[in-house]
Amino acid sequence: MTAPATTSRNWTVRLRNRAVRDLPPEQLMPGEQPVYVASWIYVFGVLTLSAFVVVLVSGGWLAVEGPQWWHTSSTGHFVNSLHLWSVELFMAFMVIHLWGKFFMAAWRGKRALTWITGALCFVGSIGTAFTGYLIQSNFDSQWISTQAKDGLNAAGIGAFFNVTNFGQMLMWHICLLPLVVGIIITVHILQVRRKGVVPPMELDLRDEIPEQVQR
Amino acid sequence: MTVLAALAAPVNLNHTGHYVHWGVVQISVANLVVIAVMVVVFVLALLLPFPKGRDKQ
Repeated sequence: MTAPATTSRNWTVRLRNRAVRDLPPEQLMPGEQPVYVASWIYVFGVLTLSAFVVVLVSGGWLAVEGPQWWHTSSTGHFVNSLHLWSVELFMAFMVIHLWGKFFMAAWRGKRALTWITGALCFVGSIGTAFTGYLIQSNFDSQWISTQAKDGLNAAGIGAFFNVTNFGQMLMWHICLLPLVVGIIITVHILQVRRKGVVPPMELDLRDEIPEQVQR
Repeated sequence: MTVLAALAAPVNLNHTGHYVHWGVVQISVANLVVIAVMVVVFVLALLLPFPKGRDKQ
C-alpha cells in the first residue's frame, strides 16, 4: 500500500502538493478581482502580455519564412512590420505598467519577487529587442552592430557576445532570450496570482486579507 | 495630396532624423514623441473612468 500523498517523499508528489498549496485553482484562475482593480492603469499588465503573444506569433512566422521573404514579399513586409510594432507596443505598455506599479509601490505586501521579476523582464526585453535590431539583415542592422560593438568591447563583453556575429545574435534573439523572457514572465504572472494584485496605498488591505500575504 | 504629405512628413523615416539637443541630452524627435504619447496615455489611464461590468457588486 502506498503512503498518503501528503507525506510521500516522491518529488513529483511533493512538487504537486506545494503547487496546489501555493496556487490553488481558484487563485490561479480567479473569476473576479478586488474592486480597486477596476481602473485603466491595471490594464497595462495584460496589454503587455497580449502584445508579447503577438510578438511571439509574428516572430515565429518570420523565422519559418526567412529574410528573403520578409524583405521582398508584401506579406513578408506586413509580418515584419507586425513584429516591429507589436514590440513597440510591448515595450510601451510595459513601461506604462512600470510607471503605474512604481507609484503604487507595488512591492508592498511581500511582493518583492513580483517586482524583481518585472524588472528582470524589462532588462531581458531590452536585450531581446537589441538583438532583433541586429538581425534585420539590412543597412540598419549593420550600422547598429558596428556602433554597438565599440561600446560592448570597451566593457569587455565583446569577447563572448559579438554583435557583428549574425549567427550568434540570431540564436540569442530567436532562441535564448525569448525563452528567458518567457520564463520570467511566467514566474511574474504566477507571483501576481499568488500574492494578488497590489491594493492602492490608501487602501492597504494587508491586515484584512492575510491569505494573500502569508504565503 | 498636400495634406497627406504634410501628415506623413513627421513620421517619414526615409531621411535623416531630427534631433533635439538640450545640454548633454540628445534625443530624436520620433523618440520624444513616443515618450510624450506614453505620458499622455499614462495620465489618461489614471483619470478616465473604467466601465462598470454588468455583474459587478
